Amino acid sequence: MPLQATLQPAYAIDHVHMGILPSPFHSRTSRLNLNQQWNEWNGFASAAYYSDAHIEYFSTRNTCGVFDVSPMRKYRFRGADAAAMLDRMVTRDVIAQAVDTVAYNVWCTDAGALVDDGTIFRLAEEEFMLCCADPCYDWFCLSAVGFDAVDITEISEEVAALALQGPTSCALLKAMGFTGIEDCKPFQIMRFAFASGEIMISRTGYTGDLGYELWLPPQDAKQLWDALFDKGALYGIQPLGDESLEMARLEAGFLAPDVDFHGSLHTVQRGHDHSPLELGLGWILNFKKAHFSGRAALLAQKESGNYRRLLKLDIEGNKPAEHSILYADKKCATEIGYITSAMWSPVVKANIAYGLVDAKFFKGPIWAEIYHQKELRWQRKVARCTRVTKAFWSPERARATPPPDC
Amino acid sequence: MNKSPDIIIIGGGHNGLVCAAYLAKAGRQVLVLEANTQAGGLGATREFAPGFRASVAHTLPQLGKRLVKDLELERHGFGLAAQALPTVAMCTSGKHITVSGNELGGASASDTAAYPAYLQLMQKFAKAIKPFWHKRPPLLGSGGLRDAATLGQFGWKLRALGKQDMRELMRMIALPAQDLMDEYFESPLLKAALSWDANVGSKLAPRSPNNAVIALLYRMSGDLTGGLPLAKGGCGGLMDALAAAARAHGAELRLGSPVARVIVEQGQATGVQLGSGEIISAPTIVSNADPRTSFFKLLGARHLDVQFTHRINRLRMDGQVAKLHLALESLPNFTGLAHPDGRLLLAPDMAYIENAFDAAKYGGYARQLPMEVLLPSLRDDSLAPRDQHVLSALVQYAPYTVKGGWDAHRDSFLENALASLERYAPGIRECVIAAELLTPADLEQQFGVTGGHWHHGEFALDNWWMNRPTYGASRYHTPVSGFYLCGAGAHPGGGIMGAAGSNAARALLEEN
Repeated sequence: MPLQATLQPAYAIDHVHMGILPSPFHSRTSRLNLNQQWNEWNGFASAAYYSDAHIEYFSTRNTCGVFDVSPMRKYRFRGADAAAMLDRMVTRDVIAQAVDTVAYNVWCTDAGALVDDGTIFRLAEEEFMLCCADPCYDWFCLSAVGFDAVDITEISEEVAALALQGPTSCALLKAMGFTGIEDCKPFQIMRFAFASGEIMISRTGYTGDLGYELWLPPQDAKQLWDALFDKGALYGIQPLGDESLEMARLEAGFLAPDVDFHGSLHTVQRGHDHSPLELGLGWILNFKKAHFSGRAALLAQKESGNYRRLLKLDIEGNKPAEHSILYADKKCATEIGYITSAMWSPVVKANIAYGLVDAKFFKGPIWAEIYHQKELRWQRKVARCTRVTKAFWSPERARATPPPDC
Repeated sequence: MNKSPDIIIIGGGHNGLVCAAYLAKAGRQVLVLEANTQAGGLGATREFAPGFRASVAHTLPQLGKRLVKDLELERHGFGLAAQALPTVAMCTSGKHITVSGNELGGASASDTAAYPAYLQLMQKFAKAIKPFWHKRPPLLGSGGLRDAATLGQFGWKLRALGKQDMRELMRMIALPAQDLMDEYFESPLLKAALSWDANVGSKLAPRSPNNAVIALLYRMSGDLTGGLPLAKGGCGGLMDALAAAARAHGAELRLGSPVARVIVEQGQATGVQLGSGEIISAPTIVSNADPRTSFFKLLGARHLDVQFTHRINRLRMDGQVAKLHLALESLPNFTGLAHPDGRLLLAPDMAYIENAFDAAKYGGYARQLPMEVLLPSLRDDSLAPRDQHVLSALVQYAPYTVKGGWDAHRDSFLENALASLERYAPGIRECVIAAELLTPADLEQQFGVTGGHWHHGEFALDNWWMNRPTYGASRYHTPVSGFYLCGAGAHPGGGIMGAAGSNAARALLEEN
């Protein structure tokens, strides 16, 4: 008798507990996650990759991909003092931010060290949603001291969210019946009736390409996923795992927490935290608006010019400079910094990286000491690095309204 | 005032008046805005019953000669009603112990022998630390010469105590008062009396660590007389002299003018808005209000950084002392004390104080309340009608956050206080014509001091010197340019001393 075995799909093995929580989309994502490769993100399962990280990555540049951002921490700020309280906490002007828009922001300690970054959604005159990668409720409560009329609630569990990113994303949303989405400008918010209630769509994302983020109540999560994949086949939709997103965000010039920087409250040693200036975020420091936490320290730092720089680097050769130390000379005599993120960029066709370089050296020559393997044998090379000022990947379609083909 | 002011001082309490007088003396155009209709804050002498007057603060242990001389206060009417009041540790049986200067009366032989050594050591410590009460706290890591000099001087003063005494100071500095007392003395009554000043005014009791020695040394910072002085006309006599001195130098005092907020434009304090809506501009605003009021109510958290705001919010501001004023139609009879002249401490032992504190910790108050009692009219006939008297008492512990609120408890607390008093002065109730009880809630409401805390925040090691009220504002200037502190919440602290006001004035003159 021939041997017969029936393989059970991994998602169907319900007696094996992952020890992490399912997101509202888990019943769908787990069916697509071929090898059940999960990372833990704020206690939730987040796919490391579904089938192949590179195929998923290419969908963000050529078709469209869906990333489950539900594990992101979301907070609601409501009340007459909400705008003033947030304005004092973050570096950009919240008072002037229009309703139904989104703004990327950072918040800092008194010493001007970055606590965390995130996006602020102004939902109404006196209501905001703030999204950030890590829990930050304690800092928000601390920042609300002295502001009476602001109510802060964590709503992470009340909102399911997907990022739909890539050149066909707008066309797909239109095909799904979200008419008018093509008029949504970058960082704008639109609302549509969907399933049992409403879906909020913001033109935001973490890939640097055309893309949207979709926010809705968890009970409608599966219906959204199914609708996306039902209509999406024609638009080349792919689920995105953490690994593909990591590639896309680096090309786009976005920072990853705990990769490119640690939040100040999570560092112990002096100088292991970062100011927004060091991280290349000087553009979101609004010194003309009302006071914000860390302002005096940041202004002094800016005026001194004496701070490290996180530089975008184009590195010769094709060996990613992961974990490399940076030097001012090819002989590697003067150490000047280190690489925080690095990859071979398939779309830019370049060996790209972020490097944090000491204040004295960021204008001079930079060399990366790269270790790589050839058939298990370790090789060392010292590669010249060239500073890049703009995002590595920033296609016109990411900014165009309406986007091309819509 | 014809010209617009150079400097506005918010609050005409004694530190505000001192600061104003020094600044005006240096030629600055100063305007003092006081919410009440009388200057002097908690030091003002007020009529609490027809013909009877008292001030909330009632003695002047910390006042220094330099202030009196610099501002020519005697010329402006300041005088003493008493040079050195004795402290009497009261016993219900009449076996009191008297502390006057460096002598004990009525104590056991061993306590009498131990006292000079204890006093000598404390005086030595007090002398070492004294210069720093009148200096701006240094800024750590500034690299500045003056900061380095202050720190160096501090180190030197400690070292100059000699190796043994320096080590003793370090050992004793954070001791609870009880441990300190147990080390030197045997009489429970004496220990209660000598530990009194270590804790009065704070949310601390004999068994609490953190502040006892430093509070005792602070109490010993004055040098007006060798003992415990009383001002003529109550502390208000000093307040009036300060106000007169400030005015004589050209400062303007506007009474009944509560400040609603400080106006900040582009990170710079530019003026104040009064409760009436009137706006007065000045390039420098000095707040004599407590730090919580200064930063939250007057300035607003929106002008400050997050962590700094948090530290101000965490300041311990709950007052624990009620003030009792009694109008007496005749001199009451204290058991075993023919002439009740002096500072009478009603606490038989430290446990009595601790028990009263225990009740207060949980929002209640004890039946038997420790008290510091004074009959200032014995020394000053301006305070009461002829042959009648004023009794002025500090009553501990009256928690600011009493369960149910003070309106529900004022009568029963007063009853407990009178009953506690009656144990030492039987029949005193028959002499009482009128009584005024000022709970911490009343002090807050009537004098605008958060929590009714006389020290504008606990006086303790964690809230001292470079940390008073907190780092970032301990040098009289604040994170907001043009906004300064000059009150008891700043270094060196509370008590009628004026050092915060004079230090702030000096800091301001140095900077501008």
